[in-house]
Amino acid sequence: MSIMGTRVLRTEDPRLLTGGGVYVDDLRLPELEQAVFATFVRSPVAHALITGIDASAALEQPGVVTVLTAADQPAGDGSPFAEPLLAADRVRYVGEPVALVLTEDRYQGEDAAELVMVEYEPLAPVTGVDAALTDEVLLFPASESNTVQTGEAGNSDDASFAGCDVVLERTTVNQRLAPVPLEGRAAAASLEDGRLTFWCSTQNAQLARGAIAGTLGLDPAAVRVIAPDVGGGFGAKVAVDRDCLCIAFAARHAGRAVRWAETRSENLVGMTHGRAQRQTYKIGGTRDGRILAYHLDVVQDCGGYPRIAVLLASLTQLMAPGVYDIPNAGAAFRAVVTNTTPVGAYRGAGRPEATAAIERAVSEFAAEIGMDPAEVRRRNLVTPDKFPFTTPTGATYDTGEYVAALDKVLAAADYAGLRAEQARRRERGDPVQLGVGLSCYVEVTAIDGADGETGRLVVHEDGSATVYTGSSAHGQGHHTAWAMLVQDELGIPMDRVTVIHGDTDAIPDAIGTFGSRSLQLGGSAVYQAAAEVRDKARRLAAGMIEASEADLELDPERGTWQVRGDPATGLSWAEIAQHAGPDGLSADVRFTASAPTFPFGTHLAVVEVDVETGKATLVRHVTVDDAGKIVNPVLAEGQRHGGIAQGAAQALFEEVRYDADGNPLTSTLADYAAITATELPSFELVASETPTTINPLGVKGIGEAGTIGSTPAVQNAVIDAVSHLGVRHIEMPASPERVWAAISEARAGR
Amino acid sequence: MRVNGTEVAAEVEDRLLLAHFVREVAGLTATNIGCDTTSCGACTVLLDGESVKSCTVLAAQADGCEVTTCEGLAGPDGQMHPVQQAFHTEHGLQCGFCTPGMVMAAVSLLAENPDPSEQEVRAALEGNLCRCTGYHNIVRAVLAAARAGVREGGAR
Repeated sequence: MSIMGTRVLRTEDPRLLTGGGVYVDDLRLPELEQAVFATFVRSPVAHALITGIDASAALEQPGVVTVLTAADQPAGDGSPFAEPLLAADRVRYVGEPVALVLTEDRYQGEDAAELVMVEYEPLAPVTGVDAALTDEVLLFPASESNTVQTGEAGNSDDASFAGCDVVLERTTVNQRLAPVPLEGRAAAASLEDGRLTFWCSTQNAQLARGAIAGTLGLDPAAVRVIAPDVGGGFGAKVAVDRDCLCIAFAARHAGRAVRWAETRSENLVGMTHGRAQRQTYKIGGTRDGRILAYHLDVVQDCGGYPRIAVLLASLTQLMAPGVYDIPNAGAAFRAVVTNTTPVGAYRGAGRPEATAAIERAVSEFAAEIGMDPAEVRRRNLVTPDKFPFTTPTGATYDTGEYVAALDKVLAAADYAGLRAEQARRRERGDPVQLGVGLSCYVEVTAIDGADGETGRLVVHEDGSATVYTGSSAHGQGHHTAWAMLVQDELGIPMDRVTVIHGDTDAIPDAIGTFGSRSLQLGGSAVYQAAAEVRDKARRLAAGMIEASEADLELDPERGTWQVRGDPATGLSWAEIAQHAGPDGLSADVRFTASAPTFPFGTHLAVVEVDVETGKATLVRHVTVDDAGKIVNPVLAEGQRHGGIAQGAAQALFEEVRYDADGNPLTSTLADYAAITATELPSFELVASETPTTINPLGVKGIGEAGTIGSTPAVQNAVIDAVSHLGVRHIEMPASPERVWAAISEARAGR
Repeated sequence: MRVNGTEVAAEVEDRLLLAHFVREVAGLTATNIGCDTTSCGACTVLLDGESVKSCTVLAAQADGCEVTTCEGLAGPDGQMHPVQQAFHTEHGLQCGFCTPGMVMAAVSLLAENPDPSEQEVRAALEGNLCRCTGYHNIVRAVLAAARAGVREGGAR
């Protein structure tokens, strides 16, 4: 029986559970024994000119090896929005690295960093997108504008709304979030014989190597990057950021091994944030529930430097129409810099923002025409006969069963029963009202499928196998899933398959992990490598047994090759590998996909709202998350659970906040409301598998789907709970204060 | 102090945190540090049997005490503790960074309340953040460990 699709427990677990993982800060290697500790001096102001740095007092402190400033760093690339390693003449956000103190001991670094005197000449801070758009104060005077890039797509214009019975328009905020991987950023660097070894908590060792080599002017072959265990990434650990690059630079500059692990307070201002869009949606349709036109206008806050926030906005634009067949749909964006922490990818990266906008818009449209929100959705979903379906914004959805996903969730949740209970509570004026929120979503995964991913499989002379994968794991369970693929294809048992990733010496060419690409690209590469090894083995076995290749079969249970129906002729993998000669029995593959895949689903959230306090509590969350074929339900469900929680957190709790001067108000975990176990229910997952034809495994990405679906479902549920009181919209996070204010305003008839 | 049954003695700075003592002096790195405000619980250990966040205890305060970390839970034959086993069986961990602290918090809970409800488990873990699992399978793991403990007539 095939192991595919079965509930296999993780092979990664025993090590992580007993001795703990080995994260960067846990490395106890000879190369790092004499390492100095790096401590950053960070900007305490949002926007200022640096007029002087005096490190003399710090240099006199015990244990201080050196203090690095911009004066020591390599020249930048001279582009108008160039980001230095250490701030040179100007700081653009609180938390920006200004100097780096190297000390013999970790605690000495904290002491010495406080004694580095930096003189700032304050500039007016640009702390919101409105201020940025005026261009009255420029972050990069050489660029002449704070707007980094604009885009537009689709076919929605004023005329497309002209024939609508109802047109609604609303400006809303998809608030800034902090990714908060439990392990913050960490790096260590050592130099030996002119070669730099760099350990980093990263999702992409190979991309990191390229960035380091480029920044330091080194031959990539002179850089080895190793990602040991990585304590969560969520998009914020793609490749390396400037702080990590500073560590590589410092090791080279000081000629010493260097190690660094940021504190959480640094992490919350120094690691990229996510989301940070102001959105204006416009939706129009008929009173019988047909949506005719939709337009989304986005202002993307990039933060202090434009890293990849433009990409986020372009993905929002691409996915703006969501799961609906809308004749006229479009989107546009402007991406601007502000004096805040730079914005980057965070679980979903542009797609949660698109989904939040249209799912809010559709629910508001349903409320306006007085139709059940599930029914409005059903009337507008792309139907199965339309696939592949190309949207006005340019996405081509591969496969989907959107109506079926909605119906499965409604049935599993007992939607009619929930509405009846809601009606009873409304009837009796219960202080705890019930809200039901829906979100139907589609997202895009492996958008860079053409770049592909690498996989190398080696079968050893003892019959065991090693997989070298370009995909890098940080909790997803690649070791387990990849070993399952090998067992299924070759009959080599999982426990005899070793999976190696995240080391550029072992795997020089790879992309790594982001955008829910791992299984469909990295997994397909492993699958393809296994298929090639299988073909090679068949040829070798045919020669060894002196039979025709066509007469041979692989017995997957025993892992032996034999003449069809004649087990006595069986050859083991070990025997064939021994026979394979000096090149061994292996295959080296780069799998590329012709197009992205489009996972989809429906989320239904049930929320209780205490109308006297405004407190909203998520009490049920029911989902279909269809990501094609499932290799291992245990892993897929785990990804969905984590995603649902992070998405619900955006709807109810989490927000990075700044004051008017650009000072962060959420720079510790005591202030940033990372969601906890008490704030969540157990989740109700409904199975659904609609394969794609884009890759041989039939799989799509599952890593971000939960986050994308859950946020609008929960937000819609909160609003639904108090809609009978006249509330039409509540911003995220739907804090008790906001909910209470919305109820009060509605009751006052405002 | 005794860490996982082994005597560990060192002259340390007054300000050295227990978390750093365990990691740097005792050399036990399963205990992770995830924040600087006693919010995340990644550094949870048992101090004389009670769960504490070791980033908020000075090493000097633990002088003469018994400290148990995640490395100290497995049996002498290396067999996983029922709580560790349940985290594996229920897929209660992904990246693993919060896991040692989460396991210690769960061990502490079950010592006080061998048969908790789901809500009691959630309340007991409120001080331990996990970013990967959405807590769903962690809660299931703790409940499963409780059931296993009952079946075995009490956990180790």
